[in-house]
Amino acid sequence: MQKPTSLPKPPVIVSPKSFLAWIGKAFLILLAIYVTYILISNLIQNPGLFLTNIINGLQMGFVYALIALGYTMVYGIVKLINFAHGDVFMVGAFVSYFAIDRFQLQLWPSSVFPDVDPNLSIVVGTITTILLSMLVCVLLAVTIERVAYKPLRDAPRIAALITAIGVSFFLEYFGLLDFVFSARFIPYQRPFEVVTWYFSNGIHLLEAGESLPEGSITVSNILIFIVLATLAVLLFLQFLVKRTKIGIAMRASSFDKPTARLMGIEVDRVISFTFAIGAAFAALGGVLYAIAYPSIRTLMGVYPGLKAFVAAVLGGIGSIPGAFVGALIMGQAESMTASYISTPMRDAIAFSILIIVLLVRPTGIFGEPEREKA
Amino acid sequence: MDSSILLSLVKMIVVIAYLFGLFWVMGLKVGKITLGGKKVDISRWINLLGAVAGFGIVQLAMTKFGGFQLLNNFDIGLLYQACTMTMVALGLNLIYGFNGQFSLGQWGFYGIGAYAAADVTFRWTNGDSRGLTVLGIGVILAGVVILLIGRLLSNLRRMPVLSSFTIYLVGTGLAAVVAVFAGKLLAPMIDPLLGTNLAPGPLAQGAALQVVFVLGVIFAGIFAAIISFLFGLPVLSLGSDYFGIATLGFTIVVYTLMVNTDTILPFPEMRGGRGMIGIPKLTTWFWAFLFMMLVIVIMRNILRSSHGRSIISVREDETAARSMGIDVAGTKLLSFVIGSLFAGLGGGIYAHYIGFLSPGAFDFLIGFNPLIIIVFGGLGSMTGTITASFGWIFFLEGILRVVLGQISPEAPTWRYVLYPIVLLLLMLVRPQGLLGNVEWGYLKLPRIPLRKSAAEGEKA
Repeated sequence: MQKPTSLPKPPVIVSPKSFLAWIGKAFLILLAIYVTYILISNLIQNPGLFLTNIINGLQMGFVYALIALGYTMVYGIVKLINFAHGDVFMVGAFVSYFAIDRFQLQLWPSSVFPDVDPNLSIVVGTITTILLSMLVCVLLAVTIERVAYKPLRDAPRIAALITAIGVSFFLEYFGLLDFVFSARFIPYQRPFEVVTWYFSNGIHLLEAGESLPEGSITVSNILIFIVLATLAVLLFLQFLVKRTKIGIAMRASSFDKPTARLMGIEVDRVISFTFAIGAAFAALGGVLYAIAYPSIRTLMGVYPGLKAFVAAVLGGIGSIPGAFVGALIMGQAESMTASYISTPMRDAIAFSILIIVLLVRPTGIFGEPEREKA
Repeated sequence: MDSSILLSLVKMIVVIAYLFGLFWVMGLKVGKITLGGKKVDISRWINLLGAVAGFGIVQLAMTKFGGFQLLNNFDIGLLYQACTMTMVALGLNLIYGFNGQFSLGQWGFYGIGAYAAADVTFRWTNGDSRGLTVLGIGVILAGVVILLIGRLLSNLRRMPVLSSFTIYLVGTGLAAVVAVFAGKLLAPMIDPLLGTNLAPGPLAQGAALQVVFVLGVIFAGIFAAIISFLFGLPVLSLGSDYFGIATLGFTIVVYTLMVNTDTILPFPEMRGGRGMIGIPKLTTWFWAFLFMMLVIVIMRNILRSSHGRSIISVREDETAARSMGIDVAGTKLLSFVIGSLFAGLGGGIYAHYIGFLSPGAFDFLIGFNPLIIIVFGGLGSMTGTITASFGWIFFLEGILRVVLGQISPEAPTWRYVLYPIVLLLLMLVRPQGLLGNVEWGYLKLPRIPLRKSAAEGEKA
């Protein structure tokens, strides 16, 4: 007779309420408590510094939002991490640098019409400079899309990704050559003067050479400019995507390309348009970034580009409000880490937040659940 | 055409021909022959002999015969670099090419391996054995702890990833703490034998140093593998592009830590962003070749085993693989850990070849190189990866540097402008890579024909 063999033990199914399932949650909760503790203790210790950090984070976050919009739209439609986007951002900053430094473009209204109001002249000149950067970047992005990405529309996804990396490398290393942008840090001349206000028993204008009172918070016109420009772009984009014909075409193409094509949408044109509009915002972001942190170099687009992509993923890729919220979170995380933990660790914290958020919500904060693919 | 350009071109072709010859001999099937009345299969011996001969030929070419040396020091350096690049790229090909997990973290594990191994030998030659004892005890203990926890958790289903990650993290952390104390207790017994920096003791040189070097490289590889296990456990569940961006983040975090080894991390001898100097240059052709062949043989045998088949099946179709009873998450983790192990070993060899580690060499921009290499060579092709790694180093570092160096002294920077263009052209003309998924000689796998849609991946 055959010996009765012992059956393998049946697997134990961990119920979501059991102790084992709670270990992970407890880990996250402990982490959250620790972060809250750091933040609150610093807020109590020095509220002025805390608010300054929030303002710095906002400035950073709004610029990231401008870049993240391009990433999220392009990824939403072609499912491609457009690594060259950060370099388009860099080109935007450099175009404005050359326009200002070599051609004094920000002063053109007063040099053409000498009796125009100087303030109006600066406003018009700055806007012209930004428009010029946007135009150049749009042309660049559409060229990249036509030359490099379009032939690979039907190739494996990795081929397109490698091409994107290749384009990004080309822009970077070409820019690093001495006769192009060179590898140096270049001081950026702002198109307008910085005006700073501080809050200390009311709002005061900070005069040149005046020292700040203890514990006061400063706000500059750069921050206001960045916030207004970004909000305008967001509203414009929401209107474009929700109300106009091309916006509907964009949403249709991102939802289901073959069907969109059957409905008479020229998907290739929509994709080009998406790249163009993303590049325009990246150029705007580049100019604003250079104005806010006036030192530019060829590799300046690498980290902001990556962080903006992380912000887009954080908010839920493909979602415009998501990109905005994600970028704000990234900005805050970065300025808080730099101030309270350690400056070099801010990149690490940014990516850790991404990983934790994705573990809890795999499609990002505003992301829609993945559709089942047929 | 200048003679030196021609010469370096010839060298590149010879090296690639050498590789193909090597793997041809290693895969040779002679059949049985009669030897003293008995039928003996000598294929295995011929294959082994081929590998030894492959080592010997290059070793001879490196040796000086009365002032004549076939390969100069520049070429030897290229060979070492190519060996390490092969190890790193093969690891990535296991993760991405064979298992389909788009990873950009390979360069981070390479860096971890390089720094860990360099620290061991650096401390050893400076009369401090703590590097070896702490790292050795640490990786062994952590490995045992991870295996034990894995045994304990193996019978649980629907365990949340975060929970098991927390358990592993706590276990490994405890192991690390124990290792630091145990290593510090053990070290003073060996320290007197090492002497000081100025007067090295008996164990600081010669055979003892070689043993420490090999142990250091192996421990560094396992260290990278353990880190990849802890990192991969939660992150592999994220899915393709998210996994890619998270691993890219890992590379950036490792880079940031390297820049701050002396401020955030407690390793003043690594000197942060200024770079670690004084690493003994112990890499010889013997070790570089041995470790490279080890990686190739291990990977080839894994791919021919049932684990390899499940790794490939996960790439082809996860749902189908799961329904066949394959542990998809475990398989992904296995390939990720082994790939990182290879990267860590490669890092150890590289550190002892170059003798100087600076964080700039582990920047994520350079970290795209292995990815580009495996795509060049063909995803899911070991032959392609090895050829592309050697070709890459000899082309980019060899030929282009020579060619452009003759035009003007600044011109070598142009090679990084040229190579994206080559890359773009290759992607436009032949997106599946130079060799597709062709294998050669020893590396031939029992082929499983790819389903067209799976082989091309998800279309955009």
